[in-house]
Amino acid sequence: MATSPRDPQLKFEPWNDPDAQPYVRIERVTKKFGDFVAVDDVSLGIYKKEIFCLLGASGCGKTTLLRILAGFERPTSGRIFIDGVDMTEIPPYERPVNMMFQSYALFPHMTVEQNVAFGLKQDRVPRAEMARRIEDMLEMVKLGQFAKRKPHQLSGGQRQRVALARALVKKPKLLLLDEPLAALDKKLREHTQFELINIQETLGVTFIVVTHDQEEAMTLSSRIGLMNHGEIVQVGTPTEIYEYPNSRFVSEFIGSVNMFEGRLAEDEPSYVRIEAIDLDQPIYVDHGVSSAPGATVWAAIRPEKMHMTREKPAGTDNWTLATVRDIAYMGDLSIYLLRLPSGKIVRVTQPNVYRHADERVTWDEQVYLHWDATSPVVVTK
Amino acid sequence: MSGPGMVPLGQRINFWIEDALGAVVHSPVGSRLRRWGVTGKALVTSVPYLWLLLFFLVPFAIVLKISFSDAQIAMPPYQPLISWVSEQVLEIKLNFGNFAFLVEDNLYWKAYLNSILVAGVSTLLCLLIGYPMAYAMARSSASVRNMLLLLVILPFWTSFLLRVYAWIGILKNNGLINNALLALGVIDQPIQMLQTDFAVYVGIVYSYLPFMILPLYANLEKMDLTLLEAAADLGCRPWEAFVKVTLPLSIPGIIAGCLLVFIPAVGEFVIPALLGDPGMLMIGKVLWTEFFNNRDWPVASAVAIALLLFLVIPIMFFQRAQDVESGAVHR
Repeated sequence: MATSPRDPQLKFEPWNDPDAQPYVRIERVTKKFGDFVAVDDVSLGIYKKEIFCLLGASGCGKTTLLRILAGFERPTSGRIFIDGVDMTEIPPYERPVNMMFQSYALFPHMTVEQNVAFGLKQDRVPRAEMARRIEDMLEMVKLGQFAKRKPHQLSGGQRQRVALARALVKKPKLLLLDEPLAALDKKLREHTQFELINIQETLGVTFIVVTHDQEEAMTLSSRIGLMNHGEIVQVGTPTEIYEYPNSRFVSEFIGSVNMFEGRLAEDEPSYVRIEAIDLDQPIYVDHGVSSAPGATVWAAIRPEKMHMTREKPAGTDNWTLATVRDIAYMGDLSIYLLRLPSGKIVRVTQPNVYRHADERVTWDEQVYLHWDATSPVVVTK
Repeated sequence: MSGPGMVPLGQRINFWIEDALGAVVHSPVGSRLRRWGVTGKALVTSVPYLWLLLFFLVPFAIVLKISFSDAQIAMPPYQPLISWVSEQVLEIKLNFGNFAFLVEDNLYWKAYLNSILVAGVSTLLCLLIGYPMAYAMARSSASVRNMLLLLVILPFWTSFLLRVYAWIGILKNNGLINNALLALGVIDQPIQMLQTDFAVYVGIVYSYLPFMILPLYANLEKMDLTLLEAAADLGCRPWEAFVKVTLPLSIPGIIAGCLLVFIPAVGEFVIPALLGDPGMLMIGKVLWTEFFNNRDWPVASAVAIALLLFLVIPIMFFQRAQDVESGAVHR
């Protein structure tokens, strides 16, 4: 683990501090719409100044959970605490929480300035202070010269920033962002991601972000809560979620992965050997697995952790023959789709380090695939 | 599910019109038309314009012409504007006396002002009753909403005149309300309701309420409800969100509804004639009297023209103000 002093984010790990108290506590929250369980017994602790991403496919309940935090939905059971105060019965207009809506929900009949002022007027903030705070906020989101414009006179990116300013100017204890970048095009999205992180670090507000875009979740968040069918499947930092998924679902949801189903052949505390259905050679993993010998397990290997060579690897573990079926050249890297003797298609990515392509593996070539003993992740469900 | 039989009727009619116009435009005649700058679009838009020209502008010109002539006992009961004095001399006589007469005789002024007052109060009442109804309709579930919409439109299936007559039966001294109140012992003398201003207001509000509800409903129904959530999120109680968000956003609907009620109510003749006090001064009744009782077509025409100007000029100003505002949209 690198601990670079230039990156303060790495040192920010309150969830590893046994004395730290979560700022937002979601306790066994369930929400049902008729028979449909949108949120299923979710418990979460989110710490102050975190950017916590609720990630999941559409319909997984992440937006419902966010709306429960905002106060637009009442949980069927369970409680919500923010900064130690029970918020479950508090209506949205009395919560110290603001939300940035996916559609931005800017008031079309008001100028940018009036939109931002709206929440402050509700709070009866004195006029001079209000003017100052609006100016500072518009400055921060770089919309100073657009103060007198109406929302329909702005571009999508500008509207997004108005929505952010309107929510942040009230200095909420918690900012909820519903798909904050979904409506922006790719270039703008990347740029805005970093802007969002900068603003969050400057103001120190706790963010909870709902997104279906794993890339967005990976770059934005301090931690990710991955949801499926109303349940939280795994909570962890982007690295943990990517490198240590706790289930097939998580490893397949985040990034791409080659999944090998197999049987635990050798099960020692310091290593395991898995006989995979699609591989002639066993998979050797350099750590123990908490499962009984003979049990069915899955070994997940990321495409960038598989390597191609023309020479036959030494040893009897962790390699296979494969034939190149397809190559996608992406510029910075190439994606190879290879067929194993069993017929299974495996995905391998290789960075294009050299400009000249003479030595590269090409279509229909037979190669060996191999990987390190540290690369496979063994999951049991 | 997209066989030719599945196309909705309205769309099919559009296709027919397009086909017919297309046939014209692409025929040899059409290529000549195109050379003159006549396109399919121009043909389509010309239909309503022709309609308005034929059935609005031409009659209006006739009325305008009559308003400048002198009354005479003849058939038709006014002097021609243009006449041959002798073989070669064409004489045009314009008589502004009819308009001067409207200003001099305060009967007309009073009738105008009273009509505007009655129409204004009725419009306000329609708004106060119609807004909550439209709001409730727009916020109810889809199935209930269609039912309610149907109920609002339902009265149009019956003749307007019949519905006003029905109110006579309800309001008259031995009518439904009075009989019910007498039977219950609430009153021992029937209340005079028919032939009062009250009855006129009831009639106008009843008859024009749908014209207020429908544009308001159309406006409120398409409102983005997340705006209300945003308002709640920023600290608004539900009624504050209504005042600060829903109400300002429904102003176009309010204006449309008010115009649709106010304009016909100003010239309303049937309701005051049937339900109102015979002495009640309304411009529609004055017009009727001039036209049919006095057979003074020129003065009646002048009354009509003046009424039109009264109504059209403020509306044109208003339209212009709106255009300026929406012009800023595209700037």
